[in-house]
Amino acid sequence: MSIILDKVNYKYSESTVYEKHALKDINLKINDGEFIGLIGHTGSGKSTLIQHLNGLMKATSGAIYYNGEDIYAKDFNMRTLRSKVGLVFQYPEHQLFETSVIKDVSFGPRNLGLPDLEIDLRAYEALKQVGIGEDLIDASPFELSGGQKRRVAIAGVLAMKPEVLILDEPTAGLDPKGRDEILDRIALLHKEQKITVILVSHSMEDVAKYVDRILVMNKGELIFDNTPKNVFAHYKELENIGLAAPQVTYVMNRLRDQGIRVSTSPTTIKEAKEEILRWAKGEIL
Amino acid sequence: MIRDITIGQYYPADSVIHRLDPRVKLIGTLLFIISLFLFNHFWGYVVASIYLFGIIKISKVPFKFIVKGLKSVMMIFLFTLVFNLFMTPGTVLWSFGFLKITWEGIRIAIFMGIRLTYLILGSSLMTFTTTPNNLTDGLESVMGPLNKIKVPVHEIAMMMSIALRFIPILLEETDKIMKAQTARGADFETGGLVKRAKSMIPLLVPLFVSAFRRANDLAMAMEARCYQGGHGRTKMNPLRYYKRDYLSFGVMAVYLGVLIGLNILL
Amino acid sequence: MDIIKASELTYEYIRRNEEGDVDSINQAIKGIDFDIAKGDFVAILGHNGSGKSTLAKAINAILAPTSGSLWVKGYDTKDLDKLWDIRQAAGMVFQNPDNQIIATVVEEDVGFGPENIGIPTKEIWERVEESLRAVGMLEYRKHSPNKLSGGQKQRVAIAGIMAMKPECIVLDEPTAMLDPNGRKDVIHTITELNKRENVTILLITHYMDEVIGADKVIVMDQGQIVMEGTPREVFSKVEELKKYRLDVPQVTELAYELKKSGIPIPDGILTVDELVDELSRL
Repeated sequence: MSIILDKVNYKYSESTVYEKHALKDINLKINDGEFIGLIGHTGSGKSTLIQHLNGLMKATSGAIYYNGEDIYAKDFNMRTLRSKVGLVFQYPEHQLFETSVIKDVSFGPRNLGLPDLEIDLRAYEALKQVGIGEDLIDASPFELSGGQKRRVAIAGVLAMKPEVLILDEPTAGLDPKGRDEILDRIALLHKEQKITVILVSHSMEDVAKYVDRILVMNKGELIFDNTPKNVFAHYKELENIGLAAPQVTYVMNRLRDQGIRVSTSPTTIKEAKEEILRWAKGEIL
Repeated sequence: MIRDITIGQYYPADSVIHRLDPRVKLIGTLLFIISLFLFNHFWGYVVASIYLFGIIKISKVPFKFIVKGLKSVMMIFLFTLVFNLFMTPGTVLWSFGFLKITWEGIRIAIFMGIRLTYLILGSSLMTFTTTPNNLTDGLESVMGPLNKIKVPVHEIAMMMSIALRFIPILLEETDKIMKAQTARGADFETGGLVKRAKSMIPLLVPLFVSAFRRANDLAMAMEARCYQGGHGRTKMNPLRYYKRDYLSFGVMAVYLGVLIGLNILL
Repeated sequence: MDIIKASELTYEYIRRNEEGDVDSINQAIKGIDFDIAKGDFVAILGHNGSGKSTLAKAINAILAPTSGSLWVKGYDTKDLDKLWDIRQAAGMVFQNPDNQIIATVVEEDVGFGPENIGIPTKEIWERVEESLRAVGMLEYRKHSPNKLSGGQKQRVAIAGIMAMKPECIVLDEPTAMLDPNGRKDVIHTITELNKRENVTILLITHYMDEVIGADKVIVMDQGQIVMEGTPREVFSKVEELKKYRLDVPQVTELAYELKKSGIPIPDGILTVDELVDELSRL
């Protein structure tokens, strides 16, 4: 499984005064089983990029290959692509419409034309994966709490059994509890089901905690594509484009500036703690 | 598609017409529409044309832009034309089966065509030169007397202006929900009428839910900002007649006078 | 002087079935007492369902207390005659930036509140200009709100409240739907208003990094006030905050973890600088 983007460009309202170059020559390969973080400030082209990955938007030029197949070829089945590359939009709970949770989650698999038994199985499994208990499956989705609604909406995409799961700011507007519940579930899915995950997020702390590769978009260009450590090492450049690094990266860099010889690479609390302890033991003991 | 409809849009420009009081423009448009049905002779059309195109010229709205607005009502236009052309009894010029074209038919079709065109040009000129807010203010003021017969004029105007604010937001939202459901394999494009109508449910339910949520939020926000209806409210932009407005009323009177005069003379 | 004072304040959501009989009672606020001094910047923390939003609506007299009392600027919020005085004294900014802007032009929206309370036209224009300048949005006065970013919309909403000359602004999760830059702008704006215009600020949020600059932090859980104090006092208790399913800023947590491992650092580190200073002193 892989997605390859070859010189993908996208222009809004091409050849009018409103023309906007939203994606500029994007070259990218997404491999099987990766956990990728996509960051960039509002309007950087992140949303446009992810909508290309499942064919909701069509590149103005360039090619996209899914498992080696050109998705813009005439005989390519776009619906299959949409089920293989699941896209969870921002505030996905706004798309809920059915009278019960289980019916809503079944909407995707039903559109795939699967037999009833399979639809049910998938819906139950997806709800289990997001941690929605059996007591809620017949409830109206509109009566759930904010965090529950969002998990049901994510289950609606999971029920299509995607190989790649793209989430556009899945924790926006949730409290810390709701946020952790969702991100932990996603991490678990990645680990156990080997689903490729692309997480669009504004929280550098979350990105650093979960992903192993970061893509940074700015003004329609892909400016960084590397591991969290290597990307956050460029924290000054990130600041220039309205982003930042996790707080601990700043701590490590400031310590280094003070002449304390610690590594500046930690991006999570755990790593930072280990590094500082290592230094402290060496110095104090 | 939606972008092509220019009727009802505002065209920013700096002209006397733009600066006129919205009430003047509302009343003027109404009078102009009525005037189109006052006469039925060639000279009447000459006077109306000079009047209309004169105002368009003063308004600085490009003629091309105004004509674009006509495209969206082309169907109604053609229908009226054809209907009048074939359905008017009189001296037959040409016939084929039950279809006949009469001399009177041609005459009425042409006149109706011009009337309709002028009607649309005249009213779209009003929206091109008046911001939606200004227009609502004008309507509220012109309809003011209806308050006496318990018509909630202020509330209607407030509803209109809120609708104007939220239409673009809801359009954007429609687009988002449509994409989200397409990502879940929904199909809005193929199938027969019944299937298509059914496929709208996953779009319409979330849209209504969202509209109600927004309405609820907005009502709360308005109350929190001390909104209590039109009573005791002051205006940030109170409407006031200036010299140019009185002058415009004068121009309208002259125009109507000429038309009525022509009617009596001819 | 206290601008807001609550005494045994209780609020219950009563759900009724179709016959109008009581179906269930949900106590959103359970007999809390607190007071907020004029000119203070107070942050209220708590996860969803902790009762913090209900409290905000009670202060604005959108909800009347089931029992107990709440006074805003000395007016009892149960006193219906004083409803508009209360709302004018304690303005409210909501979470969704789109759903609180009424007009199609920024300056007209800011003028909406003053229009409602019958301010003369000339003064409305003065207030609109002043408020837009105070939130740094004056150059956008003729813009359509639809063209603004989320953070800018929230600043317009804040200007709309400022134009009513309130003594206190209650902000109910104003940054929950914003990106980091928008959040920064909004927090900066309200901090400035608090300092320069001496407006009392009541910020309801679940972003811990936003409350560091507050004079006082109140933590709510299950309708009750469970912690109260300066940010440093509250953030010293990392374990307790975690019990209420709240975060602490990353640097506070790092300092806490280091202390647990035996490094001598004081409790309640709030900023990167503080931690670096402490560590380099070792």
